[in-house]
Amino acid sequence: MIPAAFEYTRARSLADALKAAGTRGTKVIAGGQSLVPLLRFRLAQPSVVVDIGHLPQLQGIKRAKQGTVIGAATTYRDLLDSKLLHNTHPIIAETTAGIGDRQVRNRGTIGGGLAHADPASDMPAVVLALDAVLTLQSRRGKRSVPARKFFKGPFATAMKKDELLTEILLPFLPQGAGTAYESFEQAASGYALVGVAAVVAVSGGAVTHAAVGITGLADTPFFAASAAKLIGRTPNKEILRAAAAAAVEGVSANEDIHASAEYRLHLARVAVRKALTTAAGRAG
Amino acid sequence: MTQTITLNVNGQALKAQAEPRTLLVHMLRDELNLTGTQVGCDTSQCGACTVLLDGRAVKSCSVLAVQAEGHKITTIEGLARDGTLHPVQQAFWEKHGLQCGFCTPGFVMTTVELLRDNPDPTEDEIRHALEGNVCRCTGYQNIVAAVRSAASALRGSRRPGAAVSGG
Repeated sequence: MIPAAFEYTRARSLADALKAAGTRGTKVIAGGQSLVPLLRFRLAQPSVVVDIGHLPQLQGIKRAKQGTVIGAATTYRDLLDSKLLHNTHPIIAETTAGIGDRQVRNRGTIGGGLAHADPASDMPAVVLALDAVLTLQSRRGKRSVPARKFFKGPFATAMKKDELLTEILLPFLPQGAGTAYESFEQAASGYALVGVAAVVAVSGGAVTHAAVGITGLADTPFFAASAAKLIGRTPNKEILRAAAAAAVEGVSANEDIHASAEYRLHLARVAVRKALTTAAGRAG
Repeated sequence: MTQTITLNVNGQALKAQAEPRTLLVHMLRDELNLTGTQVGCDTSQCGACTVLLDGRAVKSCSVLAVQAEGHKITTIEGLARDGTLHPVQQAFWEKHGLQCGFCTPGFVMTTVELLRDNPDPTEDEIRHALEGNVCRCTGYQNIVAAVRSAASALRGSRRPGAAVSGG
């Protein structure tokens, strides 16, 4: 289908972009890999589309005092090509390699994907596990929102109507931490039936840090707080299996044409166990 | 309302008219008569519309034509030089990397980008790179063979003194 008619302009500055974000009937576009399909199906019918994809303020990956900072309009491709991210947060490339396909990664942006908040997208699990901090900006000012308070429902986030996601801060990993992303994909779409990101640090044979983010399982990607109970334990097979069961206990799982709730919960337990095991194996 | 878009297509600077809602693939096909780029699905999945935007493979059904303003586009028509097929095109021909041919321009464009980034990909790397291109005829075996053959031909052409292929 062909999109409904709209006007198109390019933001010349961040101020232009923020103005667009606060204007009724206006949509911002960067890579467009979620928005253009929505326009095509006329699920989105904005009267104005403002392009922010080329703004240098929203691009790039840099080292900061607290961690690595990624501009919201940085493409998945640039995440894959970043030596800095490979060093500080290898889980980003590990996850990104499975997002969409090569062409989508060449154009799609990390900030666009997070703000779109598809409940089956991969990256939310990672930012939850890493305890990332998202910078939301509007003409009223700037605020920081932890990823763990960002996702509110399917395609719903903590962003106010006039806010733009501008930066993602990935705090440095705890000393000696290993990370891993494990997912089961729906074969045709590549979206996660279940995706799990894990961070595990081990010292002297005992876990000193454990964090798990889960996507695809419920209608909102979530941080599985129970993983912290691994701290002080030995990360052996039985303990990690029990931690995986605990991580999804009581979760109301999605049910659709691709997988029943029961099957998704099963996949989630397997994915959490594998992610924790791989992350623990990489720790130290 | 149509806008004038200034861009470079296959090495040629030109102006084209498009509404903001026009998809790049439709401008290429309907305005510029570059019908080698195909529309194979309506869901951004098939990759038949793949072109290079500033050297990177993109699905031209998922880019607005106005977003190409000021950028360089390479389509399948831009690969052959003076009647000589690009090594990737030649390899798809020689290795029977196509049957009906509908998806082929997309596969060729993605392959051109892949081999620029990675001149000697493994079979796994080839299959991963071509995940966004769907072929309903070949079963992919011959496509992978074609990519390997093209990689080898391109590596050969990069030897000192050998002609460097364009595209």
